[in-house]
Amino acid sequence: MATALAHAGWRFRRPSVIPGFGLTFGFSIAYLSLIVLIPLAGVVWRSASLGWPEFWRIASDPRTLGALKMSFGGALAAALVNIVFGTLVAWVLVRYRFPGKRIVDAMVDLPFALPTAVAGIALTTLYAPNGWIGGLLAPLGIKVAYTPLGIIVAMVFIGLPFVVRTVQPVMEEIDREVEEAAATLGARRAQTVRRVILPGLAPAILTGFALAFARAVGEYGSVIFIAGNIPYVSEIAPLLIVIRLEEYNYAAATAIATVMLAISFAMLFVINLIQAWSRRRYGYGH
Amino acid sequence: MIRKSGCRFSEKIMLKQRDRAMDLSIRNVRKEFDRFAALDDVSLDIRSGELIALLGPSGSGKTTLLRLIAGLDHPTGGQIFFGGEDASVKTVQERNIGFVFQSYALFRHMNVLDNIGFGLSVRRGADRMAKAEIARRATELLDLVQLSGLERRYPHQLSGGQRQRVALARAMAIEPSVLLLDEPFGALDAKVRRDLRSWLREIHDATGHTTVFVTHDQDEALELADRVVVMNEGRIEQIGTADDVYDTPNSPFVFGFIGESSSLPIHVEAGQLWFEDRPLGLPAGDAPDGKALLYFRPQEVKLLDGCGGCIAGTVAAGRRVAGTRRLELEVGGHRERVEIEVPASHPAAARSRIAFRPEKWRLFGTPGEAAPSEKVRRISGWPAAVQAGEGSSAARR
Ligand SMILES: Nc1ncnc2c1ncn2[C@@H]1O[C@H](COP(=O)(O)OP(=O)(O)O)[C@@H](O)[C@H]1O
Ligand SMILES: [Mg+2]
Repeated sequence: MATALAHAGWRFRRPSVIPGFGLTFGFSIAYLSLIVLIPLAGVVWRSASLGWPEFWRIASDPRTLGALKMSFGGALAAALVNIVFGTLVAWVLVRYRFPGKRIVDAMVDLPFALPTAVAGIALTTLYAPNGWIGGLLAPLGIKVAYTPLGIIVAMVFIGLPFVVRTVQPVMEEIDREVEEAAATLGARRAQTVRRVILPGLAPAILTGFALAFARAVGEYGSVIFIAGNIPYVSEIAPLLIVIRLEEYNYAAATAIATVMLAISFAMLFVINLIQAWSRRRYGYGH
Repeated sequence: MIRKSGCRFSEKIMLKQRDRAMDLSIRNVRKEFDRFAALDDVSLDIRSGELIALLGPSGSGKTTLLRLIAGLDHPTGGQIFFGGEDASVKTVQERNIGFVFQSYALFRHMNVLDNIGFGLSVRRGADRMAKAEIARRATELLDLVQLSGLERRYPHQLSGGQRQRVALARAMAIEPSVLLLDEPFGALDAKVRRDLRSWLREIHDATGHTTVFVTHDQDEALELADRVVVMNEGRIEQIGTADDVYDTPNSPFVFGFIGESSSLPIHVEAGQLWFEDRPLGLPAGDAPDGKALLYFRPQEVKLLDGCGGCIAGTVAAGRRVAGTRRLELEVGGHRERVEIEVPASHPAAARSRIAFRPEKWRLFGTPGEAAPSEKVRRISGWPAAVQAGEGSSAARR
């Protein structure tokens, strides 16, 4: 096996002088297998027992497709919103001093800590047509709760801390002098932000994006309260899986789960590749 | 590694710089950080095209002064003029200053060429430059700093000396009116430092920038600069050529900081210098009677056989320094230690007695005697010829 790999041109990263590579590597693989790989393999295995035609029928069912589109599309939109505003929040927290800063900083973590059902109920109350915010939006003809928009709002809520907390430490590390160098070279503030600061933050923002996206795809608790859960319109894939389970249709549930798994893994893998590439190119982590 | 050729620079770069170089005038500048004065009443005039060194120990305010000139900080008091124009009305961007940071501060996500071209690429409006023109100029500068072939490298793929030169090229790309370098060679090893030193002088001579560089290395300052500004605790101690600050230091600090020195507490009485109860055989000139500090350099002493007016001491330690020998002597009842230089052949046995007399010296007031505000300062009002003994005292008599 090892020689076959070597012949195929593969190389393990050369173990460093720090001892214990064999032990820690072996442990990591065993641990990941136990915690991640085996349960997921079970899902795939279970759906494989369906046979290809049956699997394809379930996967291409309009209701399944609608739910997948809602989940991934919503998560994508939410993650995009989050990297913009998450980066902004991180900027404010890192760069400015203002009264109550500690409180704002702590508030960012609330979506982490809150039981998702609580968040769902709170958001629904706010955004329902008779709620505080929903009531303001209703005359404008904008409906949030019980629509896809509501789902995105919930996904934005739970994803925010991921972006803030990944970008914040990197932003704190930004060398003041690099910004000053840009200014002495004649760059105005906006140019410095766009051409010097943001590219430096890009890897962290991408990580935040990946985390917020992954979290939103898997989110269940807070979304189902605000979604309205109308099949073909505002039904998320995790909910559809639960519905199938409640119908004792385990095969269909695992088939949908497998499709989600494949898409999620592919997206995260691509993001990881981009990360590795930028790290090599710009020497981050050196 | 660094090719020595002064004529590789494009004529164009050279001529442009000569036009743009600018006088710089710093007047009574003060800078406080939370009431702490990092700079205190600093005045300095820099002529167009001059290469100036700011020399001083760490924390003496060198970086602070550079940052004020660049507009990265604002003075608490005083003014800075660029060619007669008050700089305080100008933003950092408008000052057109080439600043090379101690940490280089390169843009790590840009390759070498983009780093150098950055200052040109952010120009807008009438000054806007075409991409091809920017690349051409950057390549030209890369050639000037002798890094041709590394255009596509990223900063993390360069050595410290190479990063330093990229930072310099980047600063020069905007055709700055003043070039400011903060400890440009601070983080480099000794060999690279020496190479870059002569290279910087060549570039300066070729391009004619008004240049201010910061260093805490006296050799670097003395060798490289047209004039040296010696700083200490936020004040300028002395401004002068290498000869001025070395041969006629105007404060104990400068005497001690530049070159090697020994000092002895002495007193002035009856037109003579006295160490404890012995005359040194040195005339006091018109120095006022009382306590003073005698400063001299270990190299500038004359050994004596007898002692009818000398400093005599016991050899406490000796060490061989290249072609000569350094002796540490204990003199007087308080066993004050002074260092002198003797020929390598001198049979300086431990505990033997040696008598000598400084050939050149300077007197400064002692901390206790001077006016409180002046602390260790030059006793003012003495003509230079008297405070500094030149040649042997016999010849002066
Ligand atoms: N931003 C700052 N805030 C507070 N004190 C500062 C700041 N910058 C410099 N100082 C203080 O000012 C003094 C001079 O600093 P600096 O100009 O960096 O010295 P040098 O460059 O000569 O080593 C130091 O005592 C330093 O602690
Ligand atoms: Mg400094």
